[in-house]
Formats: sequence, C-alpha cells, structure tokens
Amino acid sequence: MIEKVIFYVFAAILLLAAMLVITARNPVHSALSLVLAFFTSAALWLLAEAEFLGIALVLVYVGAVMVLFLFVVMMLDINISVIREGFARYLPLGALVGVVMVLQMLLVIGAGVGEGQVSLALADAAGESGAGGNNIRLLGSVLYTVYVYPFELAAIVLLLAIIAAIMLTHRRRADTKHQDISAQVRTRKDDRLRLVRMPSEVDDER
Amino acid sequence: MLALSDYLALSALLFAIGMAGIFLNRKNAIVLLMSIELILLAVNFNFIAFSHFLGDIHGQVFVFFILTVAAAESAIGLAILVVLFRNRDTINVGDLDSMRG
Repeated sequence: MIEKVIFYVFAAILLLAAMLVITARNPVHSALSLVLAFFTSAALWLLAEAEFLGIALVLVYVGAVMVLFLFVVMMLDINISVIREGFARYLPLGALVGVVMVLQMLLVIGAGVGEGQVSLALADAAGESGAGGNNIRLLGSVLYTVYVYPFELAAIVLLLAIIAAIMLTHRRRADTKHQDISAQVRTRKDDRLRLVRMPSEVDDER
Repeated sequence: MLALSDYLALSALLFAIGMAGIFLNRKNAIVLLMSIELILLAVNFNFIAFSHFLGDIHGQVFVFFILTVAAAESAIGLAILVVLFRNRDTINVGDLDSMRG
C-alpha cells in the first residue's frame, strides 16, 4: 500500500517536471526541471529494485550531463522570443500526437494485462527469490562475464565522445605561441649550423 | 502491490511528453535534446520495469548501455550546438538551411 502511494506521488512529480521541461519559457528552467525529472525517476528505479542504476542515474545524469546542459544553456546567449515563435502554432499538433501515442500504448498495456497477468505474477515470485539480495553484485556478475565485450565497446563509445566533443569545440587561438613538434623533429643540421673555413691567425706581437 | 502496467503506463506518458516536446519546441535545439533525453528515460523505464517483474537482470544491463550511449550522444550534441552558435550566432533550427539544395 505504502509502495503504491510512493509510486504515484513520484510519478506525478515526474510527469509534472517533464511537462515543465517542454513548456518552460526559459531553457534554464527546462534544464532544472529535467534535473527534477531525473531525480524522481532515480527514486522510482530504487522502488523497482534497480538500486545501482538509480544511483548511476543521479551520478551520471544529474551530476554530469545536466551540468553540461546548464553550462551550454548559460553560455549561449539565446533570444527566447524568436525561439518561442512557433509554440502556439504547433501546440495542437503536438498535443494530438502525444494523446494518440498515449492511447495506443495504454491499449497495448491493457490488452497485455488480461492474459499476461498470471505469467507475470509467477515470474515476479521467481524473480524475488532469485534476485533477492545484492543488485550490484548481480549486475556486476553479468556485466563482467556475459557482457564484457559490449562493456568494453561502451568504454570506447565514451572515449569517442570525449575526443569528438573536444575536437569540435577546441579552437586554436592565432595570437598564442606554441611548439611545432614535427618541425622541430624535421630540422637538419644544415638549417642551424654553418661551418666557416678560415686560416689560422698568427699573433705578431710576440 | 504495484503492477507492471503501472510502470508501463508511466513510461508511455513520459514518452508521449517527450514526443510532444519535439513537436512544440522545434525551433529550440537545446530543448529538442532535452526531449530526446526524456524519451530515452521512458525507454529505460520500460527496461527496468520488465527487468523487475520478470526477475531478469539482463534488462538492467541494457539500461546501463543505453545510459552510456545517451551520455555520449548528449555530449556530442551539445558540442555541435556550441560550434553552431559560434559560427551562426543562433540555435534556431529554422535558420539552419545552408544545406538546402
């Protein structure tokens, strides 16, 4: 019972925050609402016994990605009035698509519940006995054995993202001095050193 | 006791909100990226819910990978946005028509 209350309260906050993300006038408010949305979803994931992913969502998303979003939003000086132009015009279309989509998905869920309930309930019982205990240990035992190759690919994806983001945003200033290492390595002795042949001199004074 | 359909309905609503966000804010590239984040969050909700109710940890592994790819995607997207703003002084998607044939 208490579980249900917590779920509905958090779900309401989550949907409210999501609505605020897409309707807020100021992009900074959108970003902050998205932080709230991620936080409440992390709480809901904890409720669904996905403890590691809930914490990871807070650390990775709220801690890193949303800070990046906020940085970019505040760095770019956006003219809000121009950007908000089409909002009222697209509102009916957007609302229509949203409502149709919700109806379709709820129909799918409603159709599935009738027959699927028994098997799902059975699976639930099986899962509670099997997965009872340490979520992180369970996740790690799968991630580092069965999924070790995709795990390393994920690391490469992150590395690629780092390199791509730096390459895209890095700019070389014209007025700074820097080493040209390949020019340094390519240099020959002849470029730097001149040998001069001259006769030896005799000191006449003595 | 919570049912699977509770989670699925919440996820469907979240997905629809994200989808509507793409329609509503089709001029503002930053909010478009945020809407994509909302949609990915909805997908992750589905994975977590099924993982919980089927007692299968593999769904959570998938969420892990989706989080990784989504973080990479938003980092590169924001980098592109910064470069775009530097070159064109706007992030209005309507103004980005230099590749129009």
